[in-house]
Amino acid sequence: MFKEMELDALKEIGNIGAGNAATALSMLLSKRVKMRIPEVKVLPFDEVSKLVGGPENMVTGIFFRIEGELAFNILFIMQPADTLNLLKIMLRQEKTELDLTALEESALKEMGNIIASAFVAALADFTGLSLRVSVPCLAIDMAGAILSFPLSLYGYIGDTAFLLETEFEEGLDGIKVHFFLIPDDDNAFRVLLNTIGVRASNGDNTCGDGRI
Amino acid sequence: MEIIRVGMGEYKTAKAPALLVSFGLGSCVGVALYCGAKKIGGLAHIMLPDSSLTGKSDFNPGKFADTAIDLLILEMRNKGANTKKLVAKIAGGAQMFQLKSENSVMMIGKRNVEAVRKKLSELNIDLIAEDVEGNYGRTIEFCCDTGKLTVKTIGHGIKIL
Repeated sequence: MFKEMELDALKEIGNIGAGNAATALSMLLSKRVKMRIPEVKVLPFDEVSKLVGGPENMVTGIFFRIEGELAFNILFIMQPADTLNLLKIMLRQEKTELDLTALEESALKEMGNIIASAFVAALADFTGLSLRVSVPCLAIDMAGAILSFPLSLYGYIGDTAFLLETEFEEGLDGIKVHFFLIPDDDNAFRVLLNTIGVRASNGDNTCGDGRI
Repeated sequence: MEIIRVGMGEYKTAKAPALLVSFGLGSCVGVALYCGAKKIGGLAHIMLPDSSLTGKSDFNPGKFADTAIDLLILEMRNKGANTKKLVAKIAGGAQMFQLKSENSVMMIGKRNVEAVRKKLSELNIDLIAEDVEGNYGRTIEFCCDTGKLTVKTIGHGIKIL
């Protein structure tokens, strides 16, 4: 089990990465962007989709696979109205339906790429770890289906989801971008802690009762 | 009518007229088993193909194809189903993100479907219908009265298996 102090350290690492990511998003959109303090969450797999409107809710997901000295996944999730608003800011075109053109898909992926890369770059700088970010993948579908892939990867070792989660909010239109960092296993977080000199306990999350 | 929700890594059984439902299947596979004579149904929401990869002795067996189906059958037998005459319908196993990865670990959906098919054939259970793979999510409703499996999607229609 991770201790309180280790969780605080993880949150702080998340905070540094997400702060950079929020700055990148703000520069891209030329708008003010607010960020919630990242939280480390342990919760049943099914509860995760409730954070973004329930398993059947249609959302936009942009996925990145991070490999190297740490293996984890980054997933951005946005509601349909927020997706359309983002496209309006980036491409200066009104749109009412989520039937995206190749250019619009590409714009969303690129936005994801800029935020994810800013996050990973900050993480790599801070820890000295070597990390690679995959090309972005986009899907517009049920939230449960979009989350199932990274959650299942963690499912090999855990009976509950274990993730770092935050939200970016653009100031004027209130566009929200939900950010999830889902590790492949508990080892990813342990390597992180060791790198920054927080001696990790034999933390794992096997009991499946939501305790840490 | 009773509606029973089957979440990720869970398996549940019910008698007619109950409805067993799993929302938003992506790479997960829903395995519906049915005993027509007794009108008893079972649904497993499987996340991963093989429990041998967990490396742990203490895990939730409902997550894995090779362990969940056995337990589902056991629970159906306890409810009075004739487990010699079960039929199976499956849905799910999509690949939501088209990753350009050589790593087969990333192809969870496809591997889940293969593992479920293999397990069912080992158990001599007829797989009579399936709606699998692709790149879209599915919500499934399994009717214990008729044995019909309804598959709902966003933008890919509704199918009744």
